[in-house]
Amino acid sequence: MKALRNFLDKVKPNFEEGGKLSAFRSVFDGFETFLFVPNTVSKSGAHIHDTIDSKRVMSFVVIALIPALLFGMYNVGYQNFLAAGHGNESAIEMFAYGFLAVLPKIIVSYLVGLGIEFTVAQWKNEEIQEGFLVSGMLIPLIVPIECPLWIIAVATAFAVIFAKEIFGGTGYNIFNVALITRAFLFFAYPTKMSGDQVWISKESIFGLGYDLSNNTVDGFTGATALGQVATGTTTNVVNAIGESVSLQDMIIGLLPGSIGETSVIAIMIGAVILLWTGVANWRTMISVFVGGACTAFLFNAIGSESNQVWNLDWMEHLAVGGFCFGAVFMATDPVTSPRTNCGKYIFGFLIGVVAIVIRCMNPGYPEGMMLAILLMNLFAALIDYVFVQRNINKRLNRVK
Amino acid sequence: MSNLKETFLTPLGLNNPVAVQVLGICSALAVTAQLEPAIVMGLSVTIILALANVVISLLRNTIPNRIRIIVQLVVVATLVTIVSEVLKAFAYEVSVALSVYVGLIITNCILMGRLEAFAMANGPLDSLIDGIGNGLGYAIILVIVAAIRELFGAGCLFGIQIIPDCLYEAGYMNCGLMLMPPMALVILGCIIWYMRAKNPELQEK
Repeated sequence: MKALRNFLDKVKPNFEEGGKLSAFRSVFDGFETFLFVPNTVSKSGAHIHDTIDSKRVMSFVVIALIPALLFGMYNVGYQNFLAAGHGNESAIEMFAYGFLAVLPKIIVSYLVGLGIEFTVAQWKNEEIQEGFLVSGMLIPLIVPIECPLWIIAVATAFAVIFAKEIFGGTGYNIFNVALITRAFLFFAYPTKMSGDQVWISKESIFGLGYDLSNNTVDGFTGATALGQVATGTTTNVVNAIGESVSLQDMIIGLLPGSIGETSVIAIMIGAVILLWTGVANWRTMISVFVGGACTAFLFNAIGSESNQVWNLDWMEHLAVGGFCFGAVFMATDPVTSPRTNCGKYIFGFLIGVVAIVIRCMNPGYPEGMMLAILLMNLFAALIDYVFVQRNINKRLNRVK
Repeated sequence: MSNLKETFLTPLGLNNPVAVQVLGICSALAVTAQLEPAIVMGLSVTIILALANVVISLLRNTIPNRIRIIVQLVVVATLVTIVSEVLKAFAYEVSVALSVYVGLIITNCILMGRLEAFAMANGPLDSLIDGIGNGLGYAIILVIVAAIRELFGAGCLFGIQIIPDCLYEAGYMNCGLMLMPPMALVILGCIIWYMRAKNPELQEK
């Protein structure tokens, strides 16, 4: 640690005003503050919100994502082996396969996103904004495993430029950047983002795993739980080889789905980390689940003959698809959610409601979490405005 | 003469009705999924705008001020109907692709704007040139947006495949979002961004 600090101090003059490499000042600054907590303090007034700077906050979120990521890697391997009829082989082999399948997506997402961020920061001569640390990890976790790398690159570039940089960079974006990436993919390349062909990796990588092009087991289905219910005639969900699954299996998460979204347990470990470090707010998180549960319960009570999504049990509604992942990692994004406490309750509750309503009412979108969060992102500022004004009026009345 | 030239050229660049004045956005988003309808739409607007400008310019001293909007609407509506019928007769498929948007030229802000702001105060020749200039200024933006959308959304231009098959075999896919209006808005935004970045006099302080 000491040696690293000394090295940085030694090369620092090169990057300062007038130094040889002063053009790359912001790149150096970005790496320095990433490695060490900056020691600069404000000279005038008191406007410190928290002692940790935003790189630390981002690092906590990335740490919280690791359980979901590791489980997602294992699940990618598990699904491939299972579909080939080899469900009982060593877990290490499955994980290694999943690791190799997921790693390129992470690399592409970080390379493209950070590349654009560094370029823009350099060009505008600003400090490097570190918001992409989290988005870059979220993007690989919310796409199907069969999504080609180049479209992830295109979508990431689109989202970083049009959802973030044109609004002014980290902290100014209206919409969650990772979700804009997913929305772009979903509408631009629907065949690679939905249906029953994209959720299970079908190739063998470096001799690991199995090529599934023509040797899947009988009864193979690659559809996600929500996809099956939306197109099926019962609320029974089966796994990739046609075995019926229970609520417990859905919570463990060895099912086809986007890479990071399947396991409720892994996501909950992340949720505990986020809440314990105070990065995410429990109000938003809880109210998303309450909103989703209430709405699902309501649809259960009404029931439907033709649309089985209405009859899916509320607990299963919360356990399948991206509901948990969205509630824990996306809805709680401090930039795109309201800042007032009352606002957080309303914001979260409506995300839950809208997500389940989209699932139930629109057969074209079996999963509604992405659109629900994006829609509510739009209203976050309005919700804040209403509560701030109410507070101001209350206090004004007290003065009179 | 230089005055006429200026009247013709400014709407193509610094005073473009779509990219600078941000008028006529609705139809620019709706008809630009393919190049052919976009060109027909651009030409229709140019013809209607040029003729309407001339007619209103000739009538400008006899129109009572209080009913001028109605007179302008009557002139535009007549021309729109003629163009719409001609399209149906000679280019039926394009007129189906354009659907209501030919009829909706009547509500296009560019038309009312030019009639009010230019034809009511200038002679017929100036008005003709102004109408053609503004119509072409609108058409240029439509063609740029439509070319980008058709190329990346469907892989063709004028319905002829441009992107080679070997790219598709290598895994390239058409971007479905390009065929939807939101992407037209993004492209239009980029054009406006480019115009303003290139011409600092367009930026508000």
